Amino acid sequence: MVTVAGQAKTETKAGKRKHFFHIAWQNRYLYAMSLPFVAWVFVFSYLPLWGWTMAFQKFRPGRGFFEQEWVGFEHFKTLFQDDMFYLVMRNTLAMSFMGLVAGFVVPILFAVLLNEVRHMFFKRFVQTVSYLPHFVSWVVVAGIVTKMLSTDNGAINDLLLWLGVISEPIQFMAKGEWFWGIVTASDVWKETGWNAIIYLAAIAGISPELYEAAKVDGASRLRQMWHITLPGIRSTIIILLIMSIGHLISIGFEKQFLLGNNLVVDYSNVLDLYALNYGLGMGRFSFGTAINIFNSVVSLMLLFAANGLFKKITKESIM
Amino acid sequence: MSAQVIRGQRKSMSDTMFDVVVYAVAIIVTIATLYPFLNVLAISLNDSVDSVRGGITIFPREFTLENYKVIFTYEGLLQGFKISGLRTIVGTVLGLASASMLAFTLSRPDFQGRRFVSVFLALTMYVSGGLIPAYILMRDLGLIGTFAVYVLPGLVSAFNVFVIRSFIDGLPYALQESAKLDGANDFTIYWRVILPLTKPALATIALFLAVGQWNMWFDTYLYNSSKPALTTLQFELMKVLQSTTQGSDYRDQNMSQVMSQVSPESVKMAITMVVTLPILVVYPFLQKYFVGGMTLGSVKS
Repeated sequence: MVTVAGQAKTETKAGKRKHFFHIAWQNRYLYAMSLPFVAWVFVFSYLPLWGWTMAFQKFRPGRGFFEQEWVGFEHFKTLFQDDMFYLVMRNTLAMSFMGLVAGFVVPILFAVLLNEVRHMFFKRFVQTVSYLPHFVSWVVVAGIVTKMLSTDNGAINDLLLWLGVISEPIQFMAKGEWFWGIVTASDVWKETGWNAIIYLAAIAGISPELYEAAKVDGASRLRQMWHITLPGIRSTIIILLIMSIGHLISIGFEKQFLLGNNLVVDYSNVLDLYALNYGLGMGRFSFGTAINIFNSVVSLMLLFAANGLFKKITKESIM
Repeated sequence: MSAQVIRGQRKSMSDTMFDVVVYAVAIIVTIATLYPFLNVLAISLNDSVDSVRGGITIFPREFTLENYKVIFTYEGLLQGFKISGLRTIVGTVLGLASASMLAFTLSRPDFQGRRFVSVFLALTMYVSGGLIPAYILMRDLGLIGTFAVYVLPGLVSAFNVFVIRSFIDGLPYALQESAKLDGANDFTIYWRVILPLTKPALATIALFLAVGQWNMWFDTYLYNSSKPALTTLQFELMKVLQSTTQGSDYRDQNMSQVMSQVSPESVKMAITMVVTLPILVVYPFLQKYFVGGMTLGSVKS
């Protein structure tokens, strides 16, 4: 009895295996077109994760993996004891949060308002112009921002002087307390039009009948905007909000690197720059990696937390 | 006149106010976006001595091409132009090949490895090793100080794959089946059937890839800053901008020579224009594609 059942089992197993290889052979071109790239992704995206072990070692370049000295959480302890870490953390969170709020609210406002422009040609023109800055590099944007804010003949200072708001030019780029605002505003300037694309597409999907009905009921344009347009793009808004919260802490450092200078360093230093300067600049690879890990872990936690929260409240989720 | 009265009656006071606000916002956004570019262009086309007086808005006061002539005598810039162009072409072609092939295989319901590959790719969008492990990896692979470091690490992008994949999903599968009956293998189907039909999505991704490559400066800074032969345009601009904002101790002999011929301000503005111009040139042609592509990608992923 037992042997018979066992035999049957092995037979189906063998059959399954045969079947598997049969399909695999049929799939051979598909495998040939995907596996090389999978290997690629493994090397360039997954191998760096292996590098995380460095954070728990006293990593010395030139030594093999097994010759490294393991130190446990020592680098993390050093990290949490470093005063600079808290300053950098404050800057990262502040600029992330400001970027999140502004970078999230302004595109929605812009899309909703632009949708109300009745002249199609003008609307298209504004839209086309608005996503132009998205396509230029942060290097160029940093150059432009510095020029616009400069004390000699910068457009912003000139405008403020002309309006009589200020009596002498402000040294925007030299004042630390202005830095977070400058970074946020630059980001808004660069990405608003681009981020609005998706909302405009969502608005275009709202049934015109809803507007007709509201008009019959005597709703003003403002009320239509509030009761039809905004609820109509609600799910898009929530999905994009969750996604941007996921990236809250990994805001990058390009802006801070390019716009910052020695005068504002207390406000411009962020986690990634901290890792760059301490890790690569000083050759403290292990310590730098510990900062990278901290960055990733917090980022994931925020993503899951945000997703869980919204799942509960709205039943919308991205995962 | 009567028509005007009727229209006037229909439009309530608040709706008119609303229109005023809407159009005002639209106009302000347009000016705020365009003015800086036009201002930079005007200064770059203005005589550098005259520019120092200030007051140039969107038209050059004393038109000249001298600033451009001068910056193009700077070797770093020409070298940067070459490398930036090359990496844009190579990176775009390879990136398109990888994204389209992966997207095609992922769109095939009969492909065994579909689920695995899909998850394997998607995870890369959320987890990354970070700056330092990446740097160590590049060093161990011997990529530091090579052109390859510009193209290889970013070759496969999950986002691009998913955008093209959702486009292919929208094509009728019957096309592939009939090609199969005609004896085509999967690669032939990809090459002859899928690629031609996927052009709009490919154009979008090509734009993303090309702009990304063209605008990249940090990999030059990180991996190749001691290799003048591998310098990129953005990196050169970055050096110029940083050197003059920080009171300048510019070590590059050639560059400081260029700076002394015209004012640093004019040099900065002219290089900014040179770096930006290629994007302004291709942008109108690809616009109709990227709006569709952007929407496709964000909604699906």
